[in-house]
Amino acid sequence: MGYDVVVIGAGPGGSNAARTAAEEGLDVLLIEKRQEIGAPKRCGEGLSVGGIKNLGLTPDPRWAINEIRGASVYAPNGKRISVRYPETIGYVLERKIFDKHLAMNAARAGAKVLARTVATGLIMENGFVKGVRYSRFGEEIETEAKIVVAADGVESKVARWAGINTTNKLMDIDAGFQYEMVVDLEEPDMLELYFGAKIAPRGYVWIFPKGEDVANVGIGIGGKEQGVAKKYLDAFIESRPDLKRGSILEVNAGGIPVGDPVDKLATNGLMIVGDAAHQVNAIHGGGIHEASVAGMIAGKVAAEAIQEGDVSEARLMEYEHLWREKRGKILHKIVKLRQAIEKLSDDDLNMLAEKLTGQDLVDFANGKNFMKLAKIMMRRPRLVSIAKGLL
Amino acid sequence: MKGKAAINRELCMACGGCVGVCPFTALELENGNKLDLDGESCTGCGICERFCPVGAIKVV
Repeated sequence: MGYDVVVIGAGPGGSNAARTAAEEGLDVLLIEKRQEIGAPKRCGEGLSVGGIKNLGLTPDPRWAINEIRGASVYAPNGKRISVRYPETIGYVLERKIFDKHLAMNAARAGAKVLARTVATGLIMENGFVKGVRYSRFGEEIETEAKIVVAADGVESKVARWAGINTTNKLMDIDAGFQYEMVVDLEEPDMLELYFGAKIAPRGYVWIFPKGEDVANVGIGIGGKEQGVAKKYLDAFIESRPDLKRGSILEVNAGGIPVGDPVDKLATNGLMIVGDAAHQVNAIHGGGIHEASVAGMIAGKVAAEAIQEGDVSEARLMEYEHLWREKRGKILHKIVKLRQAIEKLSDDDLNMLAEKLTGQDLVDFANGKNFMKLAKIMMRRPRLVSIAKGLL
Repeated sequence: MKGKAAINRELCMACGGCVGVCPFTALELENGNKLDLDGESCTGCGICERFCPVGAIKVV
């Protein structure tokens, strides 16, 4: 017995792909190697109001646990740039519940969901992916599939089995580490981000409030940097009496793909979604929204391709084309921005902090208004060549 | 001569990030909660050591 679609990995990308494909009337299997979907989570938990809407969801207090109205960004010299909106602009999520909720939605749409089920190989025939081998509690199972969706995260193996290299270069991945802490928070509706080569080389420290006195306190640093992400975060916490007093309820780590997406997002009978495809906002490192949007596109293309009886690479590349139009182009601009910012010294960042507003930073993170940044940099001879990379 | 990656189980969080940077597919996240090294494939390049967020891998 076989399925129309087997989705490997029940993170936001995989669950949204499975839900969409099932809603289109396909027979879908969604497998997750972990024993609990959503746990252990990997780092950040922020999602914007627009992002939640794009996923067709309404914020639910069970998983959208804290409303965010703005952010404070700290330059290396401590200069603060804040932006606060009158309305809620995003939520900090309880990822374990959120991810499970998305998988439930896939199941309710008709997909079969199996946790603690590990993909062990692909069935290949004449250059086409034709099915999946997987293992459940030691039982080896084979199932045919017209299309396989590889949503197996940063540690992606499935696409590699089909011949697509998804390995992250060290320059293009961040090392992430994070604590959930009980701490004193002054503004539980504001995100805080701290920049500086000594604080978080080629990355930042974040404090994302999850409630009045609970926060996700984490760090991402460039993968190529010497030194260990955890040590940088511990040093930051040590330097802050308010955090130092806090308690640690949970510890998580992860790799965050922050380069361009993999060379191609589809081959015969296979599509790649989410962290496996490196679909992440390279400036803030957020991937929930990107993976989910990609998953929904992949689910839709899967339905059309199967209906037409053509699951060739040429047909499935429609997923990549649609994704590039919707998200890829903007994410590529954001990668360029990251690559420019990475070349700036702490002094450069301090200088920019004097000239930019909080709204500017929000725009940049969304891939907009780079001209303003480029113009400021152009006035400094040393930064001209970096600024050109933004245009 | 280069050695092989060695995993310190006391430190390893099984986050899987190193699996994503290994160019030789020498690392695997078994059941999503245990990091495994395939010593045959490991070349001792040290990329995983450089990346690890908690310093759990050393090439020895």
